[in-house]
Amino acid sequence: MSRALPALAAASALALTGCAGGVSEAGATAGDVTLTVFAAASLADAFEEIGERFEVEHPGVEVRFNVAGSSSLAQQIRAGAPADVFASADEPTMDRAVEADAVSGSPRPFATNVLALVTPPDNPAGIASLQDAAAEGVDLVVCAPQVPCGAATATLAADAGLALAPVSEESSVTDVLGKVTSGEADAGLVYATDAAAAGDAVHAVRLERAGSAVNTYPIAALAHSEHRELAEAFVEFVLGAPGRQVLRDDGFGAP
Amino acid sequence: MSITREIPVRPPLALTVVGVLGGAALLLPFVALVAGVDLRRLPRLLTSPEALDALWLSLRTSLTATAVCLVLGIPLALALNRLDFPGRSLARSLVLLPLVVPPVVGGIALTEAFGRRGLVGEHLHALGIEIAFTSAAVVLAQVFVSLPFLVVALEGTLQTRGEAHERTALSLGASPARTFLTVTLPLMGPGLLAGTVLTFARALGEFGATITFAGSLQGTTRTLPLQVYLERETDPEAAVALSLVLVAVALAVITLAYGRRRVRLP
Repeated sequence: MSRALPALAAASALALTGCAGGVSEAGATAGDVTLTVFAAASLADAFEEIGERFEVEHPGVEVRFNVAGSSSLAQQIRAGAPADVFASADEPTMDRAVEADAVSGSPRPFATNVLALVTPPDNPAGIASLQDAAAEGVDLVVCAPQVPCGAATATLAADAGLALAPVSEESSVTDVLGKVTSGEADAGLVYATDAAAAGDAVHAVRLERAGSAVNTYPIAALAHSEHRELAEAFVEFVLGAPGRQVLRDDGFGAP
Repeated sequence: MSITREIPVRPPLALTVVGVLGGAALLLPFVALVAGVDLRRLPRLLTSPEALDALWLSLRTSLTATAVCLVLGIPLALALNRLDFPGRSLARSLVLLPLVVPPVVGGIALTEAFGRRGLVGEHLHALGIEIAFTSAAVVLAQVFVSLPFLVVALEGTLQTRGEAHERTALSLGASPARTFLTVTLPLMGPGLLAGTVLTFARALGEFGATITFAGSLQGTTRTLPLQVYLERETDPEAAVALSLVLVAVALAVITLAYGRRRVRLP
């Protein structure tokens, strides 16, 4: 029994480091390749579908997604997370990955998104414009300026000459949407694609000048990818006809 | 309970080795956190207006939540421990529920109850009382998650102290109120200290229920943990610095609660 001790200790140590390893270590067995794509939260549905189509065209390849706020993803990539492709919801966030020399080549724009004003389905505060949403007494929820949808919100408000007085600045667009669908907030600013995906759970208010704050989504293969060619192929696939079609169907604009 | 023979009881060596590894797994992240702090930037990071607002808000709400917990928790612990009623053991288990469910579930439950369209919140809304997006919502979330800590600590003390002293006081003609104030409350002393400190620590660390239920606005609902979460998006060093504050407070709390007296964990 005592002879098994070092082995046991070593196994535990391995298990420990394994715990700390993070995403995408499992599944990379001989024969198939796992491509790990870090994608902005707003891309979740579109990329899921693009990934499936890519797998059909590339037998033996499995595409896995880590979907979160762009800033969090950029942070994880800078910290050395094992990712092959990064698709961000805005250019400044991608630039942070570029500055850290984490990107291979230069990022390429593949989609655009604008903001939409949403209210609960019954629109309790009678919101009909951004001006209404900015009025006193209206519980408006937006993204914090630190995240891409919040940066777009600031641009939109500046263009309209409005000082927004939100009751909450959330860390992600999904948190904003949650506060609106649950009826806690009178209105929220989310991406047009999120508003479309939410369907009847929200009432969308047309924004006069939504085009004043356009987020451009860049995509890039990552420098430390172990499957560089495949990563480049995925980027081409997103930029190509199949990717464009899925993105358009989900409400994204062309760059 | 006296020990009859002086044979030291030790775990097998293999288990000790694994145990040490377990300890390392617990402490290593904190060591890394301290190592990751840029000492030159630390003072500036900790005194930014955002950080100070978050710190002040966290202190205010956590202290308020602790006070509310004491007002509600002492009677609740007494009722659960000293009153005989049907379903008591079920009630004692249910008190633990907020401690066991994931905080985000707690936040959703709070929204369903006190949100604008919630069970109670709907009526409050009709009366013009809004809880969501206010500091009151933060306190409510903190009370919800930390009250069980206090109740469990107090109940444990009440259980071990027994009822003999109170029975004596009552039999000598002391009123129930006087018995509570002069006998029961002092008996609860050690549990009260440990429980209060743990309650405060849990309130200070509350994140999931707050971000789900209360929102996130500087100075109103963005407590220290929420500030850490947001800073992480753009300034990881600031997030590390603020995390250090929370770890320091946690260390102080542990020392206060378990350092001097050997109060048993519930």
